[in-house]
Amino acid sequence: MADFTLRVNGNEKKVSVSPETPLLWVLRDTLELTGTKFGCGAGLCGACTVHVEGSPIRSCSTPISQVAGKSITTIEGLGANGLHVLQQAWIAEEVPQCGYCQTGQIMTAAALLAKTPNPSDEQITQAMNGNLCRCGTYERIRKAIHRAAGAGGAR
Amino acid sequence: MSPLSRREFVAVGVAAGAGLVVGFYLPHSGRSSSGVFSPNAYLRITPDNKVTIVVARSEMGQGVRTALPMILAEELEADWKQIEVEQAGASTLYGDQGTGGSASIKTTWDPMRKAGAAAREMLISAAALTWGVPRSTCAAHDGAVVHTKRRLTYGELVEKAATLPIPTDVPLKQNKDYKIVGQRLARVDTPSKVKGEAVFGIDFRTPGMKYAVLSRCPTIGGKALSFDDQESKKIAGVSYVGKISDAAVAVVADSVWGAMEGRRVLNVSWDPGPNKDLNTAAVTASLKQAAAKKGASLYSVGDVSKVTGRRISAEHQLPFMAHAPMEPGNCTAHFQGTTCELWAPTQVPQDCRDQVAKALGLDPDQVKVNVTLMGGGFGRRLEYDYAVEAALVSKAANTPVKVIWTREDDMRFSTYRPASLHQLSAVLDGGGWPVAFTHRIVAPSISGQKGQPGPNGVDPDLPDEAAFVYAPPNVSLEYVPAETAVPLGWMRSVYALQVGFASESFIDELAAAAGKDPLEYRLHMLGKDQNIQYFDTTWRTARMRGVLQLAADKAGWKSALPAGRFRGIACFGCFSSYAAEVVEISMENDVPRVHRVVAVVDCGQVVNPSILEQQIQGGIVFALANALRAKITIEKGRVVQGNFDDYAPLRMNETPVVEVYAVPSTEAPTGIGEPSVPPLAPALCSAIYAATKKRIRALPILS
Repeated sequence: MADFTLRVNGNEKKVSVSPETPLLWVLRDTLELTGTKFGCGAGLCGACTVHVEGSPIRSCSTPISQVAGKSITTIEGLGANGLHVLQQAWIAEEVPQCGYCQTGQIMTAAALLAKTPNPSDEQITQAMNGNLCRCGTYERIRKAIHRAAGAGGAR
Repeated sequence: MSPLSRREFVAVGVAAGAGLVVGFYLPHSGRSSSGVFSPNAYLRITPDNKVTIVVARSEMGQGVRTALPMILAEELEADWKQIEVEQAGASTLYGDQGTGGSASIKTTWDPMRKAGAAAREMLISAAALTWGVPRSTCAAHDGAVVHTKRRLTYGELVEKAATLPIPTDVPLKQNKDYKIVGQRLARVDTPSKVKGEAVFGIDFRTPGMKYAVLSRCPTIGGKALSFDDQESKKIAGVSYVGKISDAAVAVVADSVWGAMEGRRVLNVSWDPGPNKDLNTAAVTASLKQAAAKKGASLYSVGDVSKVTGRRISAEHQLPFMAHAPMEPGNCTAHFQGTTCELWAPTQVPQDCRDQVAKALGLDPDQVKVNVTLMGGGFGRRLEYDYAVEAALVSKAANTPVKVIWTREDDMRFSTYRPASLHQLSAVLDGGGWPVAFTHRIVAPSISGQKGQPGPNGVDPDLPDEAAFVYAPPNVSLEYVPAETAVPLGWMRSVYALQVGFASESFIDELAAAAGKDPLEYRLHMLGKDQNIQYFDTTWRTARMRGVLQLAADKAGWKSALPAGRFRGIACFGCFSSYAAEVVEISMENDVPRVHRVVAVVDCGQVVNPSILEQQIQGGIVFALANALRAKITIEKGRVVQGNFDDYAPLRMNETPVVEVYAVPSTEAPTGIGEPSVPPLAPALCSAIYAATKKRIRALPILS
């Protein structure tokens, strides 16, 4: 066990866990932020995507020791003042079916828009290809990203 | 069967201050092994004008929490914005709550409408009595009853309404008057899902809860002989290690990671059991062996044995497949001596209740099952394994506990879509049209393996999933059960995927042999408008013609494609719905790239077109992954695949544009979760044939 300090969604959090514990389980079990999902445990599906210092990472494959002292954003902290424009677009396009992968999808999309405010279809595919959706919502995800980009993209 | 189970009945009661409560029983059996009871839901209107509709089916992404209440709200003349939706847990009050077989809308349509209508009529009567005016001068709109300029909300009327007799013969609305049904209403659960607030099974917490992962015997049918937990106990937070069944050892810890680490260093000695030499080749051989046996007739017209002429035969083969829903298996249980409470992402809450009771030696009424949201189901959560495991671990470790499966657990300890073999044969007349059509379906029986073989050994699912909606003069469909040790389960569209692939691919082959257009060939095979009776379902060839024709029209079947583009068409009927698809591809380095799919369904009255579109698009993405590369293989009695690298679902870059159309209809609604799945693979393989002149008779395509 070791002590780590993280900045999660703008708040300082101290946790005491073994250093190899993936960030995913610290978020879910220790900090009770369950919007970040477990899908594969191997960085293959993107359901666990969060931002570390603004960049999307797979929290299931990132040991807590690697992100100590860093600033982490999860789905719960994405829309600092209400819903993020992507969350609004996701609602407007009725994207989710089961919804399980969608928080990871939104986190990946948010990182995309932060860098590329008006992505092309090709850029969307490239950015989103690591995020699996077994319900097959990809077409609506694409539409929602375009809608959010049209509405001002990253906020 | 309970005397109530096939009878519709409306019961009204009033709890003190609770207002009008309308309960109703719905006739149906879903795909649940508990089998005989019907689903049930409640409408509750309270004096504070809160209208609550209880959904007694499980939400796994297919939209029941929105679509089922829409049906009731329509007849109730409710204000949709006012509706609150409540999820029912397992109960003895409800009929069969099993959620599967694309059946939720189909089987709740009539009873939901009648319950809404009965409540509406009682509320109108209550208003008429209050005002002392004839009830014919009152009308219900938007959650209130109005008369000239007077208006009383349902909440204001419920106490009086609850004292009135229940109308026995309530008028139902005409389809043309629908205001809610048929609208693209927003799903009730979308905001919580995009905010990360939705509680899936894996997200549920209860005070004092610990986490468990299980070490299961990697060989099918094997057992745990002994285990050494010395290293596991050294992992921080591990509080319990113990055998909870013949084939599983549980590791309990105060975090998921601790439990996983504890399992990683656990040393279990396994007895691999009788299947240690089982492999995929042996499964294939056993299907071929079974094919030599005579099967049971599913459907027969004329006499195929007496027809002579140009005979064409083919054999098709499909592998085991896994559901792989995004949320891995999990369940939370709290055993407390004489009771056990579960929080389960399950399609079968009542099976969970009954099987947990059995495993713990309790009565079913001592087990409470709460149903959580599910991160996908696709049939995997028609099993109760997670629930029983959680209950046993909770008892053994004496703690509330959440059992979590890893992705590898999900892939290797699933219940798989049965591998199958299909022997097809047809006789063509001088014009090239089929005058005899034979399809022998050789597959292990899912229900048979679960101890419930149907009459003549015909898996009871086949009546929903193996119809042949064509009208050649001589037809024979036969089912030959095979045996396998590989655990079997119901996976989205179940046998319809295998049957549809084989049958529709073969029809494309016949059309090519006859030198005819595959659309024209099918239209000819449908013949004049006629009924085809297949078990309890009456299929109409005109409705199949309708979906085929519309798909062809929307896809521009008659118009030329750009160079390098090719297309195929297929149709299939399952779960009482009709579907046709046109798939447009190009070939890139011998790999098909699907650009566009035009999908047309006829599922009767559409309840929510947006949800329908989701289901069709999702079904096609699911089916495309199945067609291209879904394959579970067995080596030394173990499932080989483990994660999304060697069992890869479709990603965005492979996803085609899917155009969805529903044939306008006022027929009663039928299933929509599964019918878009079967036509995809045969249409795709026919497009590949158009491009390459190579026939694909075995899935997956990229094997």
